[in-house]
Amino acid sequence: MASLSHKDLLGIAQLSVEEINLILDTAEALRQVADRPIKKVPTLRGKTVINLFFEPSTRTRSSFELAEKRLSADILNFAASTSSVSKGETLLDTARNLESMAPDIIVVRHESAGAPHMLSKECRSSIVNAGDGMHEHPTQALLDALTIREVKGRIDGLKIAIIGDIAHSRVARSDTILFHKMGAEVWACGPPTLIPWDYQKLGAKISGQIEEVLVSADVVMMLRVQHERQTEAFVPSMREYYNFYGLTRERMRLAKKDTIVMHPGPMNRGVEIDSDVADGPSSVILNQVANGIATRMAVLYLLSGNAGLKPKRQLR
Amino acid sequence: MQLIIRQGRVVDPSQKINKVLDLGIEEGRVVEMAPRIRKKGRKEIDARGLIVAPGFIDMHVHLREPGREDAETIETGTNAAARGGFTGVACMPNTNPVNDSEAVTSFILERAREVSKVAVYPIGAITKGSMGESLAEIGEMHRAGIVAVSDDGRPVQNNQIVRRAMEYSKLFDLPVIDHCDDKDLAAGGVMNEGYYSTLLGLRGINPAAEEIHVLRDIVLARQTKARVHIAHLSTRHSLEAVTRARSENIPITCEVTPHHLLLTEAQVTSYSTNMKMNPPLRSQEDVDALVAGLASGAIDAIATDHAPHNANDKMLEFDRAPFGVVGVETAIGLILDRFVRTGILSLDRMVQLFSTNPARILKLERGTLAKNSWADVTVMDLELQWVVRSDEFQSRSRNTPFEGWQLRGGPVMTIVRGRVVWSV
Repeated sequence: MASLSHKDLLGIAQLSVEEINLILDTAEALRQVADRPIKKVPTLRGKTVINLFFEPSTRTRSSFELAEKRLSADILNFAASTSSVSKGETLLDTARNLESMAPDIIVVRHESAGAPHMLSKECRSSIVNAGDGMHEHPTQALLDALTIREVKGRIDGLKIAIIGDIAHSRVARSDTILFHKMGAEVWACGPPTLIPWDYQKLGAKISGQIEEVLVSADVVMMLRVQHERQTEAFVPSMREYYNFYGLTRERMRLAKKDTIVMHPGPMNRGVEIDSDVADGPSSVILNQVANGIATRMAVLYLLSGNAGLKPKRQLR
Repeated sequence: MQLIIRQGRVVDPSQKINKVLDLGIEEGRVVEMAPRIRKKGRKEIDARGLIVAPGFIDMHVHLREPGREDAETIETGTNAAARGGFTGVACMPNTNPVNDSEAVTSFILERAREVSKVAVYPIGAITKGSMGESLAEIGEMHRAGIVAVSDDGRPVQNNQIVRRAMEYSKLFDLPVIDHCDDKDLAAGGVMNEGYYSTLLGLRGINPAAEEIHVLRDIVLARQTKARVHIAHLSTRHSLEAVTRARSENIPITCEVTPHHLLLTEAQVTSYSTNMKMNPPLRSQEDVDALVAGLASGAIDAIATDHAPHNANDKMLEFDRAPFGVVGVETAIGLILDRFVRTGILSLDRMVQLFSTNPARILKLERGTLAKNSWADVTVMDLELQWVVRSDEFQSRSRNTPFEGWQLRGGPVMTIVRGRVVWSV
């Protein structure tokens, strides 16, 4: 079996083009499980997956959970708010405790960048990063890639515009690195206050004008504007943001006929995207959601043989 | 004679001496320096092949006592300093309670007299509680024995307070040591802002947060003529500004740390919290400029910003862990191995950076082996081969970014007032 070279999936940065293609091909093959009358394969039977979510998440957690169930894994959901974490337990202690339960895979979402890397060093099980701070969200980028490949037939040579709050977005980082690796021309577009320092070095061209990138883009990835960042004065107001960066039907007229619109969700309708675009013919937003499950099934399957053989910490 | 150190290479820039000599010590003071001392010493040290220098002073350490004795105490911190080749340390006031009063200063000095083998020079707070709002009782602390004032760790944001602190400190000829860090620009960052903070998704500390305060201090030092010292300077633009100010005879000095000379922000890619300090590790361009400044004389001192932290506190997510690394037990070896042995730094210059200049800035009767001066001596071996192992540290904390580094050159003996307080 072809497989991934690392024990964990911590970020797109660690993946080779071959590995990305392997995941996408596997996901494509697994996508048909959803069309069966019995949506289940025995691939991970007897394997234990822990979903360790330190940040509230509905769609990513549900997507992972369905992926695990469709692969017949035994699963344990662990949400930080209902656990010992709220009693002051550290991440390492939580990890060591869970590790002693001998899981095969731990899916982790955490508000601190690098938290999955910390677990990875401590745990024998495979760690899947389900989003760490502003760092990476690799399975989201992979499902985005799968969606683009599904609709456009390729990624190589496409012009992909990522528009919005690049600075605080782990999706933007993972997408940029992945699309750039796969040979796309990536544009990061947003107000200069929301483009982080040296972002071009991740492999993106930078623009402040949405019109400039819309005219030639094959794919438009809209990012959520994070209301909670307002206090730091990155943009003057949501209204002004909408006026300059909102994806409206009028602006979409600048784009090519076959340009597709994506959004990692959750959307702020009327802020970064208008309803008639989000629900319009160019939108592939719901394909992304469907592909999310197949992509996560692929990642879990490909990592399921990679956990270390010996526990790091011997039980006494 | 109490002690004779025989035939070491004495490197003492204060007297422009760099040759093989005997050094005679009596009643804690240097009494004779000659190619060969005829008299016998009650104790004699064979220093052939070794470097004998005026005692090294680390002008920026955190001893954590009172308040965080789980991370370090005056006893363990000064033991670590002795093992690191330092005969004296200047300790920052951000303890709990803050050293903002004569009582805390006296407590530190009293504890040091009881437990410390090396000299302890307390630094008093600039403002009460280091809250940045009103001046601490600098005069009374001066009477109790502080050697400088600083709100290190909680730098004063209010420019008017900084101005008043500079004006007032002149009364006692105390330098104002500033940890330059504009809180708004730093914006809760945890590493240098740049390509790596973007790549790693960590909040960046804009280098301008340091540079703007350096420039502020220069403007105010020009006006007040107060002596200002920039702590752990870390960017090339900060250094340019200080260099320019000195050419205009503004009374400003600066120090750099070994970690800012030897590591870059690229080290953070491991998310190791031992790479987290404030100011943060900077870019390669910054490191290159600092190294050039060491050699040229633009930088006055090397100080470690020894910042012990309990392992429990450091074993957290990167953005939640505290800033700071230990440094007193690795500094001399690192500088010898990476800069002196490679020819970037002369031994004379190194002794200036660690001894002559810190003593001059803090107005200590140290930094020289001239006749009648206190016999604080650091003895080094350029050939000593060793490996940094934090489990061998005398410090109570282990948070070093240099774990496992193989070094050639290091301290072999620390002598305070003629008494050998540590040797390999």
